Amino acid sequence: MTTAALERPQPSYLAAGDTLRSWLLTTDHKRIAWLYLVTITLFFAIGGAAATLIRLELLTPQGDLVSDETYNKLFTLHGVIMVWFFLIPSVPAVLGNFLVPLMIGARDLAFPRLNLLSWYIFILGGAFTLWAMVSGGVDTGWTFYTPFSTMFSNTHVVLTAVGVFVTGFSSILTGLNFIVTLHTLRAPGMTWMRLPLFLWSLYATSLVMVLATPVLAITLVLIAVERIARVGIFDPALGGDPLLFQHLFWFYSHPAVYIMILPGMGVTSEIVAAFSRRRVFGYGFVAVASLAIALLGFLVWGHHMFVAGESFYANLVFSFLSFMVAIPSAVKVFNWTATLYKGSIALDTPMLYALAFIALFTIGGLTGLYLASLPVDVHVTDTYFVVAHFHTIMVGGMVTAYLGGLHYWWPKMTGRRYPETWGRVAAVTLFLGFALTFFPQFALGYLGMPRRYHVYPPEFQVLNVLSSAGASILAIGYALPLVYLIASLRGGPTAGPNPWGARGLEWTVPSPPPPGNFATIPRVTEEAYAYTDADRE
Amino acid sequence: MLPQASDYAARVDALFLAVTGVCVAFGVPVMVLLATFCIRFRRGRRVNRRGVTRHTLPWEITWTAVPTLIAIGMFVRAAGLYASLTRPPEDALEIAVTCKQWMWKFQHPTGPREIDALHVPAGRAVRLTMTSEDVIHSLYVPALRIKQDVLPGRYTELWFRATRPGSYALRCAEYCGVAHSRMDGIVVVLPPEGYAQWLRAGGAGPDSTLAARGAVLFRRFGCSGCHRDDGRGAGPSLLGVAGHDVPLAGGRFVRADDGYLRDAILLPARDVVAGYAPVMPSFAGQIGEDELFVLLAYLHALGRAAAPDAAPPATLGPGASGAAAGTP
Amino acid sequence: MPTPMPIASEAGASARVPFADPAQQHEAASAAMWVFLSTEVMLFGGVFAAYLWYRHADPAAFARGSALLDAPLGTVNTAVLLTSSLAMALAVRAAALGRRRPALGWLAGTAVLGLAFLAIKLLSWRHEWTRGLVPALHAGAALAAQPRVELFFVVYFIATGLHALHVLAGVGALAVTGAALARVRDPGRWNPIELTGLYWHFVDIVWVFLFPILYLVR
Repeated sequence: MTTAALERPQPSYLAAGDTLRSWLLTTDHKRIAWLYLVTITLFFAIGGAAATLIRLELLTPQGDLVSDETYNKLFTLHGVIMVWFFLIPSVPAVLGNFLVPLMIGARDLAFPRLNLLSWYIFILGGAFTLWAMVSGGVDTGWTFYTPFSTMFSNTHVVLTAVGVFVTGFSSILTGLNFIVTLHTLRAPGMTWMRLPLFLWSLYATSLVMVLATPVLAITLVLIAVERIARVGIFDPALGGDPLLFQHLFWFYSHPAVYIMILPGMGVTSEIVAAFSRRRVFGYGFVAVASLAIALLGFLVWGHHMFVAGESFYANLVFSFLSFMVAIPSAVKVFNWTATLYKGSIALDTPMLYALAFIALFTIGGLTGLYLASLPVDVHVTDTYFVVAHFHTIMVGGMVTAYLGGLHYWWPKMTGRRYPETWGRVAAVTLFLGFALTFFPQFALGYLGMPRRYHVYPPEFQVLNVLSSAGASILAIGYALPLVYLIASLRGGPTAGPNPWGARGLEWTVPSPPPPGNFATIPRVTEEAYAYTDADRE
Repeated sequence: MLPQASDYAARVDALFLAVTGVCVAFGVPVMVLLATFCIRFRRGRRVNRRGVTRHTLPWEITWTAVPTLIAIGMFVRAAGLYASLTRPPEDALEIAVTCKQWMWKFQHPTGPREIDALHVPAGRAVRLTMTSEDVIHSLYVPALRIKQDVLPGRYTELWFRATRPGSYALRCAEYCGVAHSRMDGIVVVLPPEGYAQWLRAGGAGPDSTLAARGAVLFRRFGCSGCHRDDGRGAGPSLLGVAGHDVPLAGGRFVRADDGYLRDAILLPARDVVAGYAPVMPSFAGQIGEDELFVLLAYLHALGRAAAPDAAPPATLGPGASGAAAGTP
Repeated sequence: MPTPMPIASEAGASARVPFADPAQQHEAASAAMWVFLSTEVMLFGGVFAAYLWYRHADPAAFARGSALLDAPLGTVNTAVLLTSSLAMALAVRAAALGRRRPALGWLAGTAVLGLAFLAIKLLSWRHEWTRGLVPALHAGAALAAQPRVELFFVVYFIATGLHALHVLAGVGALAVTGAALARVRDPGRWNPIELTGLYWHFVDIVWVFLFPILYLVR
């Protein structure tokens, strides 16, 4: 590894200009990461506000806080915003943008201006969606099931679909940029088998973004055509078939679930290695597992449709493949655990998040086995069991990993350190809040409470109150980092280039890095995570 | 706890417990190891950290192969139970279910109709043939551990054999609009004699059966003008048709199940019977879903009437071998 | 947009940041085009999936719908587009040999054929319009009470419309490529024309699939 970058001090990318114009017209991947960070934080706040109202409403069995219509719009808003405007861009567009060039020893992504364009497209899509929300909202659920969405809903379906459609191109372009960058801009000596696992997971994510998102695009076009022109595509009254919609939608949306978890796995691999000062156990297997998950992820969409009217044999095949997709996930968990063995483990904030990720991802993954088991799925699908399952993966997994990664690379991004104690408090709060929010929901689902219920039978109230109580703790867990991270921007102690004593090219440049990242392009001579016994003493 | 209103429900719960067992067997050791390693190898502790193998292959093979085998075992067990859910017995009681925003309607073969409540006899298999008049709904009875989406424009089906008399919640599980969460009802499981009593009170009788009412509709819609029993009309005789294979133009055969009969009435240009001209007008928009069920019940009665190998005594009602639950 | 600071590479040749040399930049551009084309495959894949789904559901209706199209016009258009691909290939070859004028000529030929394709496509749409085969906008007796035939035309217009948009974008790309090629110093070492060629051939191939499944169903 090179230390050339440390020899002469350069102004950091943050000092390269502080006008609004210098930010809005930047092509520096590190600044674009910040553009995403700020915007998705706003979207997270909007989606979180909707979730807050939902949990408040569900405190009582009656629909006493908001009307049926409003409730339906709230959970649709929550789903649409959180999926497309927070989770999908979260780790890739913020941490990925910041780190891909730094980790492979490049000056930027392959197409810096395209990268900025992705952000503008994202903003445009977000603007359409927010416009739809402000002008009355949409009540179809984020799944847009037909014929409800095309023929029956009286809300702003097309406008929302346009927003999601536009945003899709942002994620396609980001994926394209990452794939090309990883193929062509790796520094001399940075072979594929020396890539940090974060990049393997982003590579797999990018493949999914690039291959699945266009199918969503065409599906949304078909929805808009049916709704506007009133011609049959999915509506059986006009000769169409709503099951085709579900196939097309889940052909995108199931792989999209992996867009929302693979990057989190990558972050966890980085953190586990850095905080146990050990090379990730079974590096090659963990890397290949990412690709296996991405590829298998394209073959299991039908498990969302076990009670939708698919044929018996289709259900068998999708059930079997769904069991199989659990294997590479299990392999990753075992390897992370094994990495800790004989490590030198520091339970700093990022590591706490990573451990929470492993625990919650394990629970989320194992509860997937219930849903792959056909008769159990028949009982619990479309209930709170499913709600709890995917929130465990996406919130317990991805959001936790995102925050872990943000803490881990915060000193690199800002040059400052956040208050460690507050960080640990927030991580523990978040874990406890999460558990209390979503574990009761598994029970609710098993007991038969369907999802998207505005009013519910009184026997479910106790569990719902527990869940809402957990949500308020969870909210504190999310609010804390927002406060102390922002505060650390001014008052935090200076970090230095490598505050964690971690390996990896990103830690060889100053914090924050200069605009071109590396004074000279480094030459890589060792594998990833080349921690030695001396590092652990 | 959630009541088990059928033997099937108990078997689903047993499977649920088995899956839970596997989850505990995998999850708990992982959590324990995570905690143990974090404590034992905490930075600053004086402990031997040297000598971790770089030959990870045996480990990787072990923890890939073992979960794979277990997953296959789980799949086989789950699929076996699921297969029983998809094969209703021949002698099932046929109930026609029509739903719309936000209401469930049930028609018993012997005549009684009910809304948002379904009375069934204990111990007898009940098969629901279902369709929706508007958007997708999903009929969900938690106590029976069964659920099936109900789609517009096609039939899906569901069967159960409730064993414990009682009253159980029925809910809509597929989001269907404003009052989705209020689209509920009850399933009342009665002892057989109680069911018979309930039927009598509900007006069951020879003239009010679905098939008898279907015969009236068959004349009112003018079907009987062309589909004469002697086969000399413009359309084929429907004796012995429903539930049997029909020859199509082009040499194909198709099973005249509910899905086919439905399409033959609503989309007659498709799959015309061999030897007949496609002259039948479509009845789409003229005949409601409830009436369609009534008509189908009559067609099934005709289908059994002349069928040479109609073995079991007829139960009256809609439904034949397999509603159109599959992909088109 | 601020111009990125040029950074001299080892080779000394100029390449845009972040590339070390023109070869790497060339490689990245090709990779990007292939990734882009794979997204296009998936986009059209969705349309093909819808087509197959409904054709499987009601083959007879799709055959009836297909028979209502103007097959000769479709055949002529296939020939036009295939010829344009040949012209494109010749343009790429001429450019690779450093022959600027023939390359520009073939590019222009490709663009003209592309425009011809679009003109013929408009003619065939007009044919459908006059016969009342346009769902929602101008649906006549041929579509009355035949939802599955109407569905065929819905798929037909979405597929051909989406494809025509791609041809139009391709003609635009040809114009931009031609304008750049006219100014570039050394056409033989200039690769964007290859990428335009890849895109053009892709659009052509999509039509090669669309033509039989729309026009030749029996």
